[in-house]
Amino acid sequence: MNWKTFLSLLGRDAHVARRNILPVLIQNLIQPMMFVFVFGRIMTGSGLLPEAYKNMLLPGIMAITMVISGAQGVAMPLIAEFQFTKEIEDRLLSPIHISWIAVEKIVAGMLQAITAGLVVIPAGWLLIGKGLDLSGTRPLALVVMLLLVALFSSAAGLVLGCLIGQTQIGMMFTLVLGPMIFFGCAYYPWSTLARFPVLQKAVLANPLVYASEGFRAALVPAIPHMGLTAVLIALVVFNVVLVWLGIWSFDRKAIS
Amino acid sequence: MSAALRTEDLKKVYRSAPPMAVQRGFVFGAPGGKGRNEKKSVEVTALAGLSLEVRPGEIFGLLGPNGAGKSTTVGILTTRIRPTSGRALVGDYDVWRQPVAAKRLFGVVPQRPNLDFALTAREILTFHGAYFGLPAREAQVRAGELLERFQLAERGDQMVRGFSGGMMQRLSIARALMHDPAALFLDEPTVGLDPQTRLVVWDLIREYNRRGKTILLTTHNMEEADALCGRIAIIDHGKMIACDSPAALKASVPGGWLIRLRFSRSTPELAGRLREIEGVREVRPRDDGAVDLYADRGGGLIPAVVAAASAAGAEFHDVHLSEPSLENLFLLHTGKGLRE
Repeated sequence: MNWKTFLSLLGRDAHVARRNILPVLIQNLIQPMMFVFVFGRIMTGSGLLPEAYKNMLLPGIMAITMVISGAQGVAMPLIAEFQFTKEIEDRLLSPIHISWIAVEKIVAGMLQAITAGLVVIPAGWLLIGKGLDLSGTRPLALVVMLLLVALFSSAAGLVLGCLIGQTQIGMMFTLVLGPMIFFGCAYYPWSTLARFPVLQKAVLANPLVYASEGFRAALVPAIPHMGLTAVLIALVVFNVVLVWLGIWSFDRKAIS
Repeated sequence: MSAALRTEDLKKVYRSAPPMAVQRGFVFGAPGGKGRNEKKSVEVTALAGLSLEVRPGEIFGLLGPNGAGKSTTVGILTTRIRPTSGRALVGDYDVWRQPVAAKRLFGVVPQRPNLDFALTAREILTFHGAYFGLPAREAQVRAGELLERFQLAERGDQMVRGFSGGMMQRLSIARALMHDPAALFLDEPTVGLDPQTRLVVWDLIREYNRRGKTILLTTHNMEEADALCGRIAIIDHGKMIACDSPAALKASVPGGWLIRLRFSRSTPELAGRLREIEGVREVRPRDDGAVDLYADRGGGLIPAVVAAASAAGAEFHDVHLSEPSLENLFLLHTGKGLRE
């Protein structure tokens, strides 16, 4: 393993991300923040939803924002760089094993996802206003969740970026991210699905469920949520599979 | 430092998805009625056992038409393409077994510029240096020097998206030189460049070689191969046809001159009559009705050719003369031109 090369590759991605930080943040945050404002402020303020919904909502929004920004942050540039301009070629020729370049992509995506996730807390605070209560936060659980969800989102981005062509990007959003977000228990706790037993079982295949529930367990443990152990096990399993699949497909795509 | 390059019986077969026509069974009435679902993958042989030996410090040219396997050879030597069989070595390293060590030894100038569009010209150079472990200070200095030398200093801090083809190509070469590699691969380095820029690029290649560096370049331009290379391998259909210095290769063409004749009407005795002309070394009738004469003279033979044709009862239609060149050599071995 060649640390100098690895860190330089990471430096390159950080440099490019810094240059684009404003558009990237806007792109990743606008939609979740509008959701926070409408549901966390307007709906609760007008009495359509109870005050407690504010606290239930924020962890879910955090999960969504992280997954979107990590997955997009890795997948979109990768799809572009592997196109006919072959922009990634210079990095593939750098003196490091190809698989480490995939790992570097994952680490870069994680940093992006964690940044986006952490921005949600103060931004949500501003938008939701009074009534948001995160005093029960468990710091260690929060850190572990941040890392696991960041790894999940960025490994998923690597897989998507390697397996999807430029023409199928729109399809990816419609078929993968859309259902994942709506059935990801981000806007409602998993326990509320008890009345829809089939759906409640089915959504367990959706990794966003564990991200949302895990953040609830870490930020607002008073709200009903899945057991933290189950959440961690599920996320670790998803991560192992996605990291392996991501590196494998990256190697395949990089060498013809 | 310079490094030898070597390939041993290198083969590369691409397997691609079957074309739609085969998949859907557009072939009617095939006896035996092969099943509709039977899928046949199409195999394309890019390299059919190529063995090359490039000596340290020489400029070596791979000459051949499009699709001959030049880029595949470079791709394998630079770790970017997995060989189907055979070995490729850069210096002492097998590129497939020890890719990281091999990658340190070479720089690559690709056929189409693959510059990092998210960076400025200067950053492209400094980051490339950083990937190869150059300290930041040194990378800055080197990038500045290279931008200056490649006449890119004025645009150094601009994003490269708006650069012209020539500028991108110069920057690609500068980037490959950033880590001062022992060997340099240039895949069709001057395609699409104006004649002036082409000469600049040629000078840069010669200059780098004078420092003892090994250079492998691919081209389908004989003039370029002739002007730059110490030795040339002519390849076609993934196989080597000939390998020697440009002068020796040209001398291997019988007589050197090629006279391509076309007849509107040909007769069986024509070839024999042509062979009898003094100065003609070899007569090769071609499938399309043309006849290639290899001779030690050019235009001076035309009267004799016309006389021989009328004596044989053939009708002379067209003639094309080419002076001794690598193109003639290519025609001699493959029966077709480099651009055909």
